[in-house]
Amino acid sequence: MYAFDIERPASVADAVAALGTEDAQALGGGQTLIPTLKQRLAAPSRLVSLSGVTEMQGVASEAGNIRIGGATTHATVASQVGGTYPALADLAANIGDPAVRNRGTIGGSLANNDPAACYPAAALGSGATIITNKRQIAADDYFQGMFTTALEEGEIITAVSFPVPEKANYQKFVQPASRFALVGVFVAKYSDGVRVAVTGASNEGVHRWSAAEEALSGNFSADAIADLSVSADDLINDLHGSAEYRAHLVKVMTGRAVAAAM
Amino acid sequence: MPKDTGIGAATTRREDVRFLTGRGQYTDDIQTQGECAAVFARSTVANGKIKSIDTSAAAAMPGVLAIFTGEDFAEVGGNPAGWLINSRDGTPMHEPKRPVLAHGKVRHVGDAYAAVIAETVQQARDAVEAIEADIEELPAIVNMKDALAADHYVHDEIGTNQCFDWGWIEDNRAATDEAIKNAHHVTTLELVNNRLVPNAMEPRCSIGHYNPGTDEYILHTTSQNPHLTRLLISAFVMGIPENKLTVIAPDVGGGFGSKIYHYGEEALVLAAAKKLGRTVKWTADRTEAFLTDAHGRDHVTKIELALDEEGNFLAFRTETMANVGAYLSNFSTATPTFLHGTLMAGNYTVPLVYVNVKAVFTNTAPVDAYRGAGRPEATYSLERVIDKAAREIGMDPIELRRKNFVKPDQYPFASAAGLEYDSGNYDALMDQMEKVADKAGFEARRKESKAKGLLRGFGVNAYIEACGIAPSNLVGVLGSRVGLYDAATVRVNATGNLSVMVGAHSHGQGHETVFPQVVGEMLGIDPQSIDIVHGDTSKIPFGMGTYGSRSLAVCGSAVVRATEKIINKAKKIAAHMLEASDADIELKDGVFSVAGTDKSVSFGEVALKAYIPHNFPLEDIEPGLEETAFYDPANFTYPSGAYCCEVEVDPETGKVRVDRMTAVDDFGNVINPMVVTGQVHGGLGQGIGQALVENTTYDEDGQLLSASYMDYTMPRADDLPFYIVDHSKGNPCTHNPLGVKGCGEAGAIGSPPTVVNAVIDALQSGGKNVTHIDMPMTSHRVWSAMNNA
Ligand SMILES: Cc1cc2nc3c(=O)[nH]c(=O)nc-3n(C[C@H](O)[C@H](O)[C@H](O)COP(=O)(O)OP(=O)(O)OC[C@H]3O[C@@H](n4cnc5c(N)ncnc54)[C@H](O)[C@@H]3O)c2cc1C
Repeated sequence: MYAFDIERPASVADAVAALGTEDAQALGGGQTLIPTLKQRLAAPSRLVSLSGVTEMQGVASEAGNIRIGGATTHATVASQVGGTYPALADLAANIGDPAVRNRGTIGGSLANNDPAACYPAAALGSGATIITNKRQIAADDYFQGMFTTALEEGEIITAVSFPVPEKANYQKFVQPASRFALVGVFVAKYSDGVRVAVTGASNEGVHRWSAAEEALSGNFSADAIADLSVSADDLINDLHGSAEYRAHLVKVMTGRAVAAAM
Repeated sequence: MPKDTGIGAATTRREDVRFLTGRGQYTDDIQTQGECAAVFARSTVANGKIKSIDTSAAAAMPGVLAIFTGEDFAEVGGNPAGWLINSRDGTPMHEPKRPVLAHGKVRHVGDAYAAVIAETVQQARDAVEAIEADIEELPAIVNMKDALAADHYVHDEIGTNQCFDWGWIEDNRAATDEAIKNAHHVTTLELVNNRLVPNAMEPRCSIGHYNPGTDEYILHTTSQNPHLTRLLISAFVMGIPENKLTVIAPDVGGGFGSKIYHYGEEALVLAAAKKLGRTVKWTADRTEAFLTDAHGRDHVTKIELALDEEGNFLAFRTETMANVGAYLSNFSTATPTFLHGTLMAGNYTVPLVYVNVKAVFTNTAPVDAYRGAGRPEATYSLERVIDKAAREIGMDPIELRRKNFVKPDQYPFASAAGLEYDSGNYDALMDQMEKVADKAGFEARRKESKAKGLLRGFGVNAYIEACGIAPSNLVGVLGSRVGLYDAATVRVNATGNLSVMVGAHSHGQGHETVFPQVVGEMLGIDPQSIDIVHGDTSKIPFGMGTYGSRSLAVCGSAVVRATEKIINKAKKIAAHMLEASDADIELKDGVFSVAGTDKSVSFGEVALKAYIPHNFPLEDIEPGLEETAFYDPANFTYPSGAYCCEVEVDPETGKVRVDRMTAVDDFGNVINPMVVTGQVHGGLGQGIGQALVENTTYDEDGQLLSASYMDYTMPRADDLPFYIVDHSKGNPCTHNPLGVKGCGEAGAIGSPPTVVNAVIDALQSGGKNVTHIDMPMTSHRVWSAMNNA
């Protein structure tokens, strides 16, 4: 680690101001950023901790949506969202280990947009809205490839708003070492159609599987995708699995998510 | 009835109170006033020519006290290999110098070429980044086959990447070839024994201290064998006389072999301490552990088994390439040879065995003994090819093994691979395994799995291993440059409690609990009044440490011998006190009495008398009550076992889940069944880890892709089943006083082939024509194998 200053603002406005200084960086739960700093792979001169910003904390239900503050931990989502959006609570409950869940935040996860992370699949699969200090961004516009998002320099995710589906499920086939998703598929059924978002699989990061969405919107059953196949082009090929294996898993996990959706 | 103290009692581990309440004292916990920090500059390329190292900018940075490079150690010795192996043509192995810091060339990613000593770790890290090293990257030699064909070398001065080409037993070579040529059936299998990173929970750490007033050095270090480390530093690397160097290994958080060896960092902190007159500490971070701890296994093997019409084994022929990495670590040449080749007859009466091992240098981390060391490799090859043969000839895998087992009336049994097994009963272990594993219920469980859409498989394994690593006579013949006896001093203190100084080192094994059980039993006193002292060369006798499941069999035997001497002397003292003759003194329950009378003195009274020798017959008895014994056994010990495993395979994803795992072992007599069970559990975890998930991957440039827990999979609790462990069928070792065999490595030796055999059985039961999958059997590999079948 290199030396840095740390600030703990209490409001979004103060956080944004602090992030305006040179080489400043937002600190969520630190579950990605701190290991990066320890390895000396980043050298921010100032960290702006968001954990003290109360307006970014917590979960609220509003008119068919559930709104989660950007600094809300995975553990909080796991324990508080189960009644309204069980698939989202389950997803949060299976991120990392208790220490990661007690520190890591939804804002940090979505800002980081790791290609194998879980929350991006939920956000894209739910057609969520990413709310920042400046604007509201539709999930379809927000994710722009692995580790790349629509966020601008110094922009903070203050909340995420998820439309609550009729049914949904997230199936995560874990990469055995990190236990991130080797392939994760989030399926959500809304009155106007089904969304399927895939994480872990692609060099392009989280993405929708539109052929499956179409098939499932007509017939929400695992059989509906039986004849589909997933191309291995542009899927990740690494020591944990080939592109072909990931392509195969996308279909298997989608089928299992549909079967398990509630 | 189970006992609650002494030999056979499942006493809870007294050291756990300290470990589980955060009161352990590990090397990094030791803080000395004025201590400074060492950080190493490590190669980021696998193979490179060091053209220049400019340390001037780094030296000028805040807090920097000294910088060392390979140049500074050019004149001192190298870290040697402990075993000399001769090739089949009689020439000795190639033994390149292993310097303290790389000099001229860097040979693997992580190879240290400089070290900065600074006031703080942060300052040292900053300065390491400021070192300007001009290292010209050369093509990396990673794959063993390529290495043997290459015309450039890990060590240019050797002119080959082959360290040795060893044959065992060379005189059997022609007969083995002939038997295979003429056999009714030959089963052939090519397999990889995957490279493992040891992953001790505590990373390596070394602290060098130098006292200019006395010219004495102290090295605190994470070691499994402080005397061996001292010997290597004194006699080979630095020339510090042994009487001027104390090596202390305090609490050590796991080793699994990786902390047997002497590493350059230990020499560096000593040299720096002397130069600066300061205490110098280095603590590895996890990345350094991945890159530089000696790795394990890494064999590529072809094995053939010849059988006659009835399924009798006629011969095993093995060709192995063994990766030794970039330098020869201390036991690296013994592991693939004498700890592997000599076990290639397994539990079987096979008449012919021939093993050829080519050891290969590559631009990867050194490879050395890791829990099991050579015996897992042997067992894996044998038990996989036997399973394949059973399927090929249509015989039940258990029946085929039983047919070829050494039978109980054949001991001592001279194996075709050159060892003499002293005791065992492999059929009885197999019977017990079938019983406690409920083999009879397997078909019903298979049906249940099928109903869930899963393929259930049953895998079996029989193993024998050679441990209690010693007899000096034997290992000397086999090429060892050190003796492998052990030593103990039993000191009875004046008030009747005991300190037992042992050469073995406990880093998870439970010696502090188990050794007092032995001494307490012999003396008839409470083991709680006995403490073990270990790990400090200034306090303990010159023993050889802990590895090769040797602590109890070798050092424990020395403890027994020393305690016997104590009893003899105590009887003399008692006889004097009771005015009787020594021969009439009996010891029972901690009381010395004159046979046939009611005259007696307690153990405590005798102890006190020994140190307050008023009115003592000094011409017959010396004061004091302290005895030392060195013990060197007549043979290895030969634990054996019958293991089975049931797995469920998800045919859609290839995911394997171990559902049941049964280990029935013959460890001879058992001193503490709970500790033994714990050792087996740990070994099984590591074996299942090797079989299913642990994958050390270098890319073609020699970069370690699996260099963190994000990519290197350690088995976790939810990867492992509840184990069925049974060691009730022991046949005592015939040649050591406790009749014990050694249990530390068995689980890691016996489990990998068991798991693989079970997965193959599952896949075949699902109609897949899969005959082999290399470890680790990740979901991806299993899925690929199913799809190619
Ligand atoms: C052992 C382990 C296992 C894990 N397993 C999983 C897993 O299974 N699935 C999974 O999805 N993730 C997993 N993670 C990642 C975890 O979910 C992290 O919490 C998450 O990726 C980052 O969130 P954070 O709050 O810790 O962000 P930080 O690490 O603090 O920050 C990450 C990045 O986001 C930025 N940032 C943080 N908060 C905000 C914000 N509100 N607005 C804008 N930018 C922000 C930071 O500047 C930084 O660039 C794991 C992590 C660990 C250490």
